[in-house]
Amino acid sequence: MGEIIEAEFAERTATDPMVPELFRIDRLKRETEDTFTLELVPVNQDVKISFLPGQFNMLYVFGVGEVAISISGNPALTSHLEHTTRRVGVVTKAMGLLKVGDTIGVRGPFGNHWPVAEEDGRDFVVVAGGIGLAPLRPVLYHLMAQRERYRNIVLLYGARSPEEILYKRELERWRGKFDLEVQVTVDRGSSGWRGNVGVVTPLVARAPFNPSNTVALICGPEIMMRFAAMELQKRGVPPERTFLSMERNMKCALGYCGHCQYGPTFVCKDGPVFRLDRIASIFGKGEI
Amino acid sequence: MTPRAPARDAYVLLAPAQLDLLIKTLVRQGYEVTGPTIRDGAIVYDRVCSAEDLPKGWTDEQQGGTYRLKSRHDQALFGYNVGPHAWKKFLFPAASRLWKAHRINGHFQILPEEQASTKRAFLGVRACELQAIRLQDKVFLEGPSADAIYKSRRKDVLIIAVNCTQAGGTCFCDSMATGPQVSTGYDLALTEVVDERQHYLVVHIGTNPGAKILSEIPTQPAEKTEIAVAHALVEEAAGHMGRSLNTTGLRDVLYRNAESPRWDAVVARCLSCANCTSVCPTCFCSTVEDLTDLTGQQAERIRKWDSCFATDFSYIHGGSVRATPRSKFRQWMMHKLAYWIDQFGTSGCVGCGRCITWCPVGIDITEEARAIRDSESAVTESV
Amino acid sequence: MVQSVESVIKKHPFFAEMPEKHLEFIAGCAKNVAFPELHAIFHEGDPANEFYFIREGLVAVELVIPHRGATTIQTVSEGEILGWSWASPPYRWHFGARTLQRTRALLFDAKCLRTKCDYDHDLGYELLSRFMGVISARLDATRLQLLDIYGRDN
Repeated sequence: MGEIIEAEFAERTATDPMVPELFRIDRLKRETEDTFTLELVPVNQDVKISFLPGQFNMLYVFGVGEVAISISGNPALTSHLEHTTRRVGVVTKAMGLLKVGDTIGVRGPFGNHWPVAEEDGRDFVVVAGGIGLAPLRPVLYHLMAQRERYRNIVLLYGARSPEEILYKRELERWRGKFDLEVQVTVDRGSSGWRGNVGVVTPLVARAPFNPSNTVALICGPEIMMRFAAMELQKRGVPPERTFLSMERNMKCALGYCGHCQYGPTFVCKDGPVFRLDRIASIFGKGEI
Repeated sequence: MTPRAPARDAYVLLAPAQLDLLIKTLVRQGYEVTGPTIRDGAIVYDRVCSAEDLPKGWTDEQQGGTYRLKSRHDQALFGYNVGPHAWKKFLFPAASRLWKAHRINGHFQILPEEQASTKRAFLGVRACELQAIRLQDKVFLEGPSADAIYKSRRKDVLIIAVNCTQAGGTCFCDSMATGPQVSTGYDLALTEVVDERQHYLVVHIGTNPGAKILSEIPTQPAEKTEIAVAHALVEEAAGHMGRSLNTTGLRDVLYRNAESPRWDAVVARCLSCANCTSVCPTCFCSTVEDLTDLTGQQAERIRKWDSCFATDFSYIHGGSVRATPRSKFRQWMMHKLAYWIDQFGTSGCVGCGRCITWCPVGIDITEEARAIRDSESAVTESV
Repeated sequence: MVQSVESVIKKHPFFAEMPEKHLEFIAGCAKNVAFPELHAIFHEGDPANEFYFIREGLVAVELVIPHRGATTIQTVSEGEILGWSWASPPYRWHFGARTLQRTRALLFDAKCLRTKCDYDHDLGYELLSRFMGVISARLDATRLQLLDIYGRDN
């Protein structure tokens, strides 16, 4: 193909947000039996990587389809994109069969982000359930990189079982820091597990933070977020300082296909991060 | 001395023969003219090449779940209301290829689809439909990024609107403040006056492009009396609407009654057939299909119309968020009359009545809204 | 400075708003205990004549399952109450409890409390209504565990 046609491609791709940007799988890491992390680099080296914690991309597997996956890497690193994905459907299963060097389509980043800019001096309580830890990891990197701006930082993480704990090495490293409280629990233990067994809500009840000065960030299955939010509220963290990441079916991620509607909001542009008081009337309501 | 061409804001008179000439002139100038025409027992929007293609002497009779064509006792060209087609068909096509891709080993290349630029003219756009186009402009052009397909098709469309001089059995544009008088957003607006003695069209020139195209054919200025007759007909239509909808505080009424038993009552009839979303001129939901050929080396992405009633519309891993017909119907109606206001600052309903006409069981959005509103006062009265 | 049992229990939300005379009596039935890690506090089937308030450490509530051995159902930690089988016949533990870490706790003589509650119904109400809260919260948590919310179909 001639240079002129290629230039035309680049221009058209850049202007049409429904056309994926091509990325290459640079590294592939198996996290658990059904969860893996992809590290992606752009095929076109002029493409700049930039995102805010909480945002997501639409990832396209050739001929199979597209799926919305949160960005789970360090926002300060601009060399590559990281996505932790669980094999639950047709596209993610096909993605799980890709190899290092394969091409994948990327559209994004889309959505809003976890609030960290105006929260200096606050305690942060981060409550993660299952794969919900992935969209929270970027904000944890940020909080630790800017540690002096915040007071207590607490991470409470509930996983299904010890084998399904994500980012094990990283969690162990974080737990070793004196200025970060990390508590992990599993729904079911296994032989050799000597840590907490049970859901993450009791951890919220006794975690070391000052509710009147706390910002809470929650991500996980909706029912887990509901109970965690209730527990936080019981301790006195107001809904105005509680943030959740919602998930809905997505096709365009641009606000016009209509699939991601959640009450009057579009998860792709009004979310995925929502302040709890703003969705209080619909959160937890069935079939909204 | 050349006669002065009519200017913007002027009123001009056209005889039916001159309308015919106008259409042919547009065609000759390379416009793809789309207008009302009869096909399969209904008045639909399709290519027209002359006034002969219009449903001359026909009208439509519409009620809940009913649409019939009937012949008129005159030769009116626009003596009907709206059929199953909406102008979204041409601005937001039912199926569009977004891009193609081809694979070589583990790599692939993407080839975006070129948007053809065609000169288009829409003939016969009713007031409710003008508002519907404005609403879809908000959705497709005013979001985080404008939709390329809608943008290229919407650009430079010549809009020839028609003021309704009769209201349909399911019409309620009056309640929605969207008609029957067209207000803005047109290049030319026609009002047809027809009785035993005369047949003419009063044309209001809305824009300079409208004035320009009109200058290609011979016209004469409209008399004050002729304009007055035209206005009176439209005003009378406003008083004969088949339906009405009380929009006062409707958004909040619906929010308060999201768990009303009325939803169960209506959904006992709803078939989730998605006709309503298909004929609605403001419904904008779409889906994408990613396809490959048999070799697996060529792929493409197609965007298609979708409906919130479709089975997997709200599917996320594990199941659909809205799995029951009740939740789907509620989503459709609450989106149209309540969520739209939060999303785009205005109701999503333009009062065209298509959803009532084309619902196979005749579910009536105005009746449902009334029943939910009434259910509130019933409760307070019994306390 | 060593804190008295009464001052410890007064600070805990479980005993909040309990009338002074009941607090005194309950404190009188309690004593400090400490366990090393991996110590069996009680076994399933043993007579249940006490309950514990965990001050520090981690305790596994477990069941012995054939082929799987001792299986942890839930863990109980700092600030939580362990054990309510003392409150209903046949007063035997339904589960076992084993420390996972070095644990300090307050042990309450439930046999003594049971007897007193039999004729002091006010005390009985104060104690049992609070245990209702503990059991209710534990049941909620257990139900969530049952749902397997991180399982693939959720």
